[in-house]
Amino acid sequence: MNAIIEEERRLAAAAAAGQPVIVRAEGLTKQVSTPDHDLVIVRQASFQVAAGESVAIVGASGSGKSTLLGLLAGLDVPSAGRVWIDGEDLFAKDEDGRARLRGRLVGFVFQSFQLLPALTAVENVMLPLELAGARDAAARAARVLGQVGLGERLGHYPRQLSGGEQQRVAVARAFATEPKLLFADEPTGNLDSATGAQMIELLFSMNREHGTTLVLVTHDEALADRCDRRIAIAGGVVSA
Amino acid sequence: MKNLSIAMKMLRRNAQAGEAKVLAAALFVAVASVTTVGFFADRVRGALDRQANELLGGDLVVIADHPVPRPFVERAGSDGLDVAATTTFPSMVSGQAGVSLSEIKAVSRSFPLRGRIRVADAPAAPDREAEGSPRPGTVWVGVPLVSRIGAAVGESIRVGNATLTVGAIITREPDSVLDFFGIAPRVLMNEADLAATGLVQVGSRVTYRLLVAGDARAVARYDARVRPRLERGERIEGVRDARSEVRVSLERAQRFLGLASLLSVVLASVAVALAARRFSIRQTDSAAMMRCLGAAQADIFAINAWQFLALAAAGCAAGTLAGFGAQAMLAHWLSAFFTVALPAPGWRPAVQGAVIGMVLVLGFTIPPLLRLRNVPTLRVLRSDIAVAEPSSLVAYALGLGALSALIVWQAGDAKLGGIALGGFAIALGVAAVAGYGLIRALSRLRAGASGPWRYGLANLRRRTGSSLVQVMALGVGIMAMLLLTLVRTDLIVKWQKSMPADMPNRFAINVQTDQLPLVKDYFAGLGLATPDLYPMVRGRLVAIGERAVSPADFEDQRARRLVEREFNLSWAQELRPDNRIVAGAWWKPGASEAQLSVEEGIAKTLSIGVGDTLTWDVGGTRFGAKVTSLRKVEWDSFKANFFVIASPGVLESHPASWITSFHLPAGREEVVNRLVERFPNVSVIDLTAIMGQVKRISDQVSRAVEFVFLFAIAAGLVVLFAAITSTQDERVFEGAVMRTLGASRRQIVLTQLSEFLAIGLLAGLVAAAGAVGLAMVLSERVLGVPYEFDWVVPVAGLLAGGAGVAIAGLLGTRKVVDSPPLAAIRAVT
Ligand SMILES: Nc1ncnc2c1ncn2[C@@H]1O[C@H](COP(=O)(O)OP(=O)(O)OP(=O)(O)O)[C@@H](O)[C@H]1O
Ligand SMILES: [Mg+2]
Repeated sequence: MNAIIEEERRLAAAAAAGQPVIVRAEGLTKQVSTPDHDLVIVRQASFQVAAGESVAIVGASGSGKSTLLGLLAGLDVPSAGRVWIDGEDLFAKDEDGRARLRGRLVGFVFQSFQLLPALTAVENVMLPLELAGARDAAARAARVLGQVGLGERLGHYPRQLSGGEQQRVAVARAFATEPKLLFADEPTGNLDSATGAQMIELLFSMNREHGTTLVLVTHDEALADRCDRRIAIAGGVVSA
Repeated sequence: MKNLSIAMKMLRRNAQAGEAKVLAAALFVAVASVTTVGFFADRVRGALDRQANELLGGDLVVIADHPVPRPFVERAGSDGLDVAATTTFPSMVSGQAGVSLSEIKAVSRSFPLRGRIRVADAPAAPDREAEGSPRPGTVWVGVPLVSRIGAAVGESIRVGNATLTVGAIITREPDSVLDFFGIAPRVLMNEADLAATGLVQVGSRVTYRLLVAGDARAVARYDARVRPRLERGERIEGVRDARSEVRVSLERAQRFLGLASLLSVVLASVAVALAARRFSIRQTDSAAMMRCLGAAQADIFAINAWQFLALAAAGCAAGTLAGFGAQAMLAHWLSAFFTVALPAPGWRPAVQGAVIGMVLVLGFTIPPLLRLRNVPTLRVLRSDIAVAEPSSLVAYALGLGALSALIVWQAGDAKLGGIALGGFAIALGVAAVAGYGLIRALSRLRAGASGPWRYGLANLRRRTGSSLVQVMALGVGIMAMLLLTLVRTDLIVKWQKSMPADMPNRFAINVQTDQLPLVKDYFAGLGLATPDLYPMVRGRLVAIGERAVSPADFEDQRARRLVEREFNLSWAQELRPDNRIVAGAWWKPGASEAQLSVEEGIAKTLSIGVGDTLTWDVGGTRFGAKVTSLRKVEWDSFKANFFVIASPGVLESHPASWITSFHLPAGREEVVNRLVERFPNVSVIDLTAIMGQVKRISDQVSRAVEFVFLFAIAAGLVVLFAAITSTQDERVFEGAVMRTLGASRRQIVLTQLSEFLAIGLLAGLVAAAGAVGLAMVLSERVLGVPYEFDWVVPVAGLLAGGAGVAIAGLLGTRKVVDSPPLAAIRAVT
C-alpha cells in the first residue's frame, strides 16, 4: 500500500516538473546462481527517470552498476521486477520486441565498447541506422564520427584504433540514431581528461538540443556533477 | 602419467565443446571411409588368395593357343605330377528351346586337379560336390542354359555335330571366381567327344591348357624346366604369378575406390586442422594460467596432446566399426562380380584406419599445439598479447607430407599416386583460387548491398580464410556428387542416344569361306540386308623392321599380351567409311606391292610407324609387308574392325574364316536359330547381352563409387560444421551487439543467412564449374560425344550448395538469436 502511495507521489512530482517518466524500474532484482551460493547482484531497485533528465549511476566497483544498466536497457532479464521504457513494459515483450524498442528509443554504450571487428568505424556507426532503415546512413554516420573527432578515421577497423578511439566510436554508434534515451557505461573511462571533457560536452549538448535522456554509469566526479541527479548503488542496493 | 590424468579430467570438460565433436566426427568419417574400402578389398584379396590354385584348377598351368606339345605332357608324367588337360573355345549350342553362345570346355578325366566342381540336378535344387568331370556322351551346363535352350538334366543338346545328354547343372566351377562376362554360360564336356563336334578347326579361337599338380618341389622343378622352353603362343601360370587379368582389373578397381575414399580423408584433415586451431585458441588462457602455476612447456603440450589422442582413438574406433558395417553394403552391391562367397575380412584394414587417424591427428593438430606451448605467461595479465603463430605452411608441412605419402601408398605406384596427388592438388587449388576471387568480388559488392546483406558480406570478407576453406571443401564434395549423379546419367543417356537405331547387335563369327554365298543368300532370303562379311586370318607378328619381336621387349602389359597372342589380320580393297587414314595413304587399286594399314592406337603401343616392314607368321609360313598407312577406327560402331588390314593379294592364299555384324530386329530370334542350325560352325554373339552386362557392371561400380563419395560429402559437412563452430563465438557476439542496437530476429537471421548463402552459392558455383569442366573432358575425350551444356548441373550445384549450407549454418547458429544480449556477450568474452 505504502509503495503505491509513494509511487503516486513520484509521478506527481514528475508531472509537476512538466516531464513524463521515460524510465521506471519497479522491484528490479537480479540474482545469479553460482555453484556454492546464490548471489544477488541487484536487489529490489525501484526508481524512475523523467524524460530529458540526466542521471549518474555511481557506486564502487562490483556494486552492480553495469548489471543494473543492462537490465534497464533490456539487455538482460531480471529475476524479479519490472521496467517500463516510455510507458512500455519491457519484460512483457519477448527478446525481439525489446530489440525493436531499443532500435526506436535507446542508445547503449558498453563499458568495453563491443564494436564489431568485421566492420570499419563508419560501418559500425551505420549499423543501428541501417537496422532502423535510415536512408542516409553513411552521411549521418560520418557526421557523427566527425563530432567525436574521428572524421579522419572512418575507414579504419576497430583493431586499428586505440582504446579511447574505440570508445568514441562506441558513443557515436549509440547516439547516431538520436535516441530519446541514452545508456552509457563509463563513457569517459578510457579517455584522457581533455578528450573526456569533449565527450561530456557532446553528451550534454545532445541532452540540451534533442532532449535526450542520459543514464550514465560513471566513476568520473566531473561527469557525475554535470548530471541532474545521482543514483547510488552499493552491494546491489539502490538509493535514489 | 600425471599429465594423462589431468588431460582426461580436462577432456571431460572439453568434450562438450564444438571442436571436440568436430575432431571426433572428422576422424570418424575419414576412418570409416578408408576402412570401408579396406575391409572390402581385404575380403576380395582373401577370396583370390585362398582360391588361387583352385582358380588355376591346378598348381601350375601351361597355356597355349595350339595343342600343348607332347614333351611338356610327358615331362610332367615322368616328374610324378598329376596332369589334366582342358580345351576351351566359344561355340553355339542348341537345345529344344533355342540356341545360345556358350563357352565350351572339354576336359580330361582327371580334371579338376584342385578344387571341386559343384553341381545340382536343377537350377534351384541343392547342390553337391561332383565326382570328377562329365563322362563321355554327357555334358554339364551352366545355369542360364537351362532356360535359354531348355537344357534340363536328361535332355539332349547339340554341340557342333555332336548330340550330348545333360548330366548335371553347374553351380560352381573351381576356375572361375569372377563372373565378368557371364553371357557365355559354360558347357563342360568330356574331351573324348571333342572330335565328334567338329568344332575345333582353322580360325576357331581355342585355348589349350595343361594342368599339373603335385608335390611343391616337383612342381617347382617342372616349372624351372619347362619355362625356358616355352615357344611363342605358350605361357605358364603358377599360383604365385597368377596375376590374371581379373586380378589386375580388380586391383585397379580397388585402387580407384581407395583413392576415392582418400578424398574424404583430405577433407577431414581440413576439419581436424580447423578444430585443433579453435581448441588451441580456447585453451590459450588456461595454458597461460598453467604456465604461471609452474607447468613446463612439455607438460602443457602433453596434457593437450593426450586429449587429442583420446578423442582420436574414440573417433577411429567408431569409424572402424562403421567401416566394417559399410563394407558389407559394398560387397552386396558388387555381388554380381563374384560367383563365390567372400571370406570375412582380416584385421589389417583396421590398422590402416588407425594409421590414417593418427596421421590426421598428429599432422594437423601438432602445429596449433606447439602454439599453445609458446603462450607467454604475460597473457594472463594482458589478454591482448598475441600468441606467436607458427608460419602455417611450415607447420602443416608435416601433415601435408604424411597425407601425400598416404595418397601415393594407396594408389599403389608412384605414377598413379602422382596423378592422384596432382588431381587432388589441382582440384583444391582451382577451388581455392576461384573461391578467393569470388569472395573478394562478392565482398566488394557489399557497399551496394543493404542492411543485413552488407553485414553478411562484410563477415565473409573478414573471415576470408575460413570462408575459403568452407567454399573449397564443400565445393569439392558437391562436385563429386554432381559428377556421380547428374553428369554421369546425362552422359550415359547421350552416349546411348548417339548410337543409331539399326546399330549392329549381333556378331557372327567363324563363317567358312565356302559358306560365304550361302550365308549371304540366307539373309537375302529372309528379306534382311546382306551383311558385309570380312575375312580373318590369324597370324603372329614376328618382326618390326629388322627387330625381332618378343613379349619381353615391351614394358607395357597390353603390348605384351598383344605380341604373345595371334592377331586377326584382314584384307580389303577399299577403305571403309567408318575408318579414317591419319598417316600415310590407303593403297591404290591394282597396286602390286604388299601393304599394310595399322590401327593408330596399336601402332603407338607397339611403336610401329609408316614405312616399317612387318613380318608375320601365318600357319608356319612367313611373309613381310610394308606399313603404308595408319587408321583411326570407331570402335563403338559395333562393327567388325581390325588392327591390321592387308592390301589384296597378301593373305588370300591362307585359310580364313569370316566375320560379320548385323542388326537383328527385336522378335526375330528365329533368324539366328536357323542360321546356326544350317551352319553349326558359326557362332553368334549377342551384343545386347554383352552391353547389358557391361551396363550392369558399370552401374554397380559407379554405385560403389557413389557410396564411397558419400563419405566425401559427409566430410564436407564436417568441414562446414567445423567452420561454423570455429566462428560460433564471433557470431554469438555479433548477434548480441546487433540486438543491443535494436536488430530484430529477422535482421540477425538475414545477416547470418547472407553469409552462409554466399558461402553455399560460391561452393555450388565452384562445384558446378568443376563438374561441367570434367563432364566436357569426359564427354569429348572419352565418349566422343559433343558436350552440350546443361543448365541443370549448375542450378543443382547452386541449390545444393546454397540451400544446404544455409540450412546447416542457421541450425548451427541458433544460439545467436536465442539468448539475451548480455548473457551472450558474457559467455563469449
Ligand atoms: N552473470 C553473472 N554471474 C555471476 N556473477 C555476476 C554475473 N554478472 C555480474 N556478476 C557479478 O556481479 C557483480 C556486479 O557486477 P557489475 O558488472 O554490475 O559491477 P559494476 O558495478 O559494473 O563494476 P565495475 O565498476 O567494476 O564495472 C560483480 O561481482 C560481478 O562479478
Ligand atoms: Mg561495470
